[in-house]
Amino acid sequence: METLFYIAAAVTVLATLRVITHVHAVHALLYLVVALIALALIFYLLGAQFAAALEIIIYGGAIMVLFIFVVMLLGPLAVEQERTWLTPGTWVGPGILALVLLGEVGYLIAVGDHLPVTVSEARQKGVSIALYGPYIIGVELASMLLLPGLIGAYHLGRRVSKESR
Amino acid sequence: MISLLWLIPALPLAGFLVLALFGGRFTRQQVAWVGCGSVGTAAFTTALVGWEFFQGFPDHESYHQTLWNWIDTSGLTVGVSWYLDALSLLMVAVITGIGFLIHLYSAEYMAGDEGYARFFAYMNLFVAAMLTLVLADNLLLLYLGWEGVGLCSYLLIGFWYREPEYGTAAQKAFIVTRIGDTAFAIGLFILFTQLKSLSIQQVQSLATEAWPVGSNLATIVAVLFLIGAVGKSAQLPLQVWLPDAMAGPTPVSALIHAATMVTAGVYLIARMHHLFALAPLVQEVIAVIGLATLLLAATSALVQQDIKRVLAYSTMSQIGYMFLALGVGAWSAALFHFLTHSCFKALLFLAAGSVIKSLHHEQNIFWMGGLRRHLPWTFWTFLIGAAAMSGIPLITSGFYSKDWILWSVWSSPLSHRWIWYGALLGAMLTGLYSFRLIFRVFFGEVRTQPTGEPGLAMRVPLVVLAFLALTVGFLEMPHTLGNVTLFSQYLSHALPTMELLPGMDESSETREQLAVTVSALLGIGLAAILFLPGSNFSRRGADLSTGRPLVTLLQSGWGFDRLYDRACVRPWFLLTRNPGELLDRGYEWLTVGAESCHRWMSHTQTGHVRWYAATVVVGTLVLLGLFAM
Amino acid sequence: MLSTPALVLAMMLFSLGLVGLLSRRNILYMLLSLEIMLNAASLAFIAGGARWGQVDGEIMFLFILTLAAAEVSVALGIVLQLSYRFHTLDVDAFSEMKG
Repeated sequence: METLFYIAAAVTVLATLRVITHVHAVHALLYLVVALIALALIFYLLGAQFAAALEIIIYGGAIMVLFIFVVMLLGPLAVEQERTWLTPGTWVGPGILALVLLGEVGYLIAVGDHLPVTVSEARQKGVSIALYGPYIIGVELASMLLLPGLIGAYHLGRRVSKESR
Repeated sequence: MISLLWLIPALPLAGFLVLALFGGRFTRQQVAWVGCGSVGTAAFTTALVGWEFFQGFPDHESYHQTLWNWIDTSGLTVGVSWYLDALSLLMVAVITGIGFLIHLYSAEYMAGDEGYARFFAYMNLFVAAMLTLVLADNLLLLYLGWEGVGLCSYLLIGFWYREPEYGTAAQKAFIVTRIGDTAFAIGLFILFTQLKSLSIQQVQSLATEAWPVGSNLATIVAVLFLIGAVGKSAQLPLQVWLPDAMAGPTPVSALIHAATMVTAGVYLIARMHHLFALAPLVQEVIAVIGLATLLLAATSALVQQDIKRVLAYSTMSQIGYMFLALGVGAWSAALFHFLTHSCFKALLFLAAGSVIKSLHHEQNIFWMGGLRRHLPWTFWTFLIGAAAMSGIPLITSGFYSKDWILWSVWSSPLSHRWIWYGALLGAMLTGLYSFRLIFRVFFGEVRTQPTGEPGLAMRVPLVVLAFLALTVGFLEMPHTLGNVTLFSQYLSHALPTMELLPGMDESSETREQLAVTVSALLGIGLAAILFLPGSNFSRRGADLSTGRPLVTLLQSGWGFDRLYDRACVRPWFLLTRNPGELLDRGYEWLTVGAESCHRWMSHTQTGHVRWYAATVVVGTLVLLGLFAM
Repeated sequence: MLSTPALVLAMMLFSLGLVGLLSRRNILYMLLSLEIMLNAASLAFIAGGARWGQVDGEIMFLFILTLAAAEVSVALGIVLQLSYRFHTLDVDAFSEMKG
């Protein structure tokens, strides 16, 4: 189980690295799908089976399909231009920032106290009950968020916009 | 029926709301119907309530009605609640009754004015505020009415707002009365912090228990309330606003600056008489203020040239009599003079308005004359008003009320003999200036051709008020003459009766009355000698003409305006001018600093999404770093 | 037992997403990096839930999922509009501010 976790973790990190460095949008998307599936495996290993399924269906499926649609709508992307934008110099600053962040959080995790993990076996029932019990207001808010998302996407996605620049 | 009490202030308020919201769309006739109707129905309701009140009187001395809780916090509960007793019923009756007559008069007087709906809206609001003042059960609600009438006074003095002078007069009235109102408010704060209550009845019983007679707190609160009353009632030293307040339309002067609002101070002192009884020193001050004001105003009224200013000074003088009566503890006498004064002074103002209207808004009495034959209705009603004001014996109401005051001053243990002599001199001066007006305006040759008598809507109030000015006095007649005590019996349930000095009997009262009669007649006689056209003095044109220093001093109301200008206004301007710029510099630095900060910060707003994201990350790093430490 | 390494993994993914967000100029890649960061946050929640044996972590994941769906649909609409108007996906070109 631990081996499985580390393999999945390695796959996730590598695929993510490829996502942020790739110059070809469709390739990057495929790498992201791979990373998401590996992440779903990790969810599963952590005992969150429902979350793992949703990760694959919604993230790996629906959201990525959206991205691919948009990439197709945008037409041929200039790969050469992408390559010129990705000079090594642009990596230095963000890389340092991210390293510092990683170091800080790693330190916080390292100094934190460690309690034994207790993974309860049948959690999905609990999730559902909690979701429609104490978190019902969150569900309502989520639905209120999705509706403007729908309307916003419809409005913004129209090709001809009436207002001029 | 008595439960309809809430309607009395509500009706004029409703009239105000209707006129303020829809007045622009109404025709003039509709405006007049709404404006007069609301006050008229309020007067009718007052009659119903008063009838019911008298049915239960004197077993039920007061009636209490709470509408809703206005403020309810811990330690402070203030309700919108009305309190009706003999005193407030008297005030309500005068306000609605005379108020209705004046509204009726205004319907014709203001007919040609473009701000017709605005005028009636303000007038209705005023009546509502004044009724709130007199019916209030607690001091906070009373204060609401108190400020409300101040606001309406301001709005109506500056009614013709296109004239800058009138606006200045309105501001002057507002600011000067504000001084008194501030003192009044501080008095309220002290009362509340000391006694934890604002209910008028409760406060007074608590104060009587908690404070001994002459204690410091009682004196301080009484002084603060007195300053409030002095400001509102235009008494010394806050009297300067009233003559200028005549800038407003004449019905406004009649209603606000003669019959009702300026007597609010008298009402306040009478309402809080338990408190003032705890501070005998302040009571003495009230008497002295009353006397000083009545003499000062009477002498100023002698030389004024504007008919309305004469009446304004006479109002101050008559309210001085009321304060004098309050000061010597003759509460009922003060209220009786209030009642008669409201009738005859409203009458005088309305008659003066009729004169002014027929002379194309000419107010200078030197351009008037000989109107007796042209305006007979106005002449006779004005004559009755002037006779009542100067106190012509036996037939006028003014005689009975003024005689009661003077008799109280004579016989009160709180008074001094010299105060009585001063008041007697005032009675003579009253006759002098009242009949100076009569002789100047209605006798002699015609100087400005009048347009003719006013119409019915103006004539009816004049006649009704003239009738009242003659007959109201019969409610209370002295022991020596008829011995009618209806009024004092009625008020004795709300106000304490005055104790007499020992040794005051009928013969001394008769002597005192003779003195009053003689002084009033002497004043009128002197007026006839000095001002009746055809007399020696008059022919020489010596109507205390301008130019002489004493006359100039009197005309300016003893120079109080100049004094305040020198003592307060100019030093203040001087103080604000030079150091003011220094202060300004501090604020200028603030704006300069803010501007440069803004310019500096605006560089961060690049519009580059990645720059924003990077700043968010840096911020997160800093926070996390602090956390890790 | 796996939650600490999962937390470290979440942090690594988050940092990678951050690097991508800051270094890429193409708005599409920035959105992808944003998705990575959101996933890292979800992972952290799931790991926390597993660590304490509570369901709240998964519920937070569900909310993040909802948020991501809404965000992506609106953001992609914006991307389309921007490409119509500016004929490029370079975020630095979108700035019209003077600052």
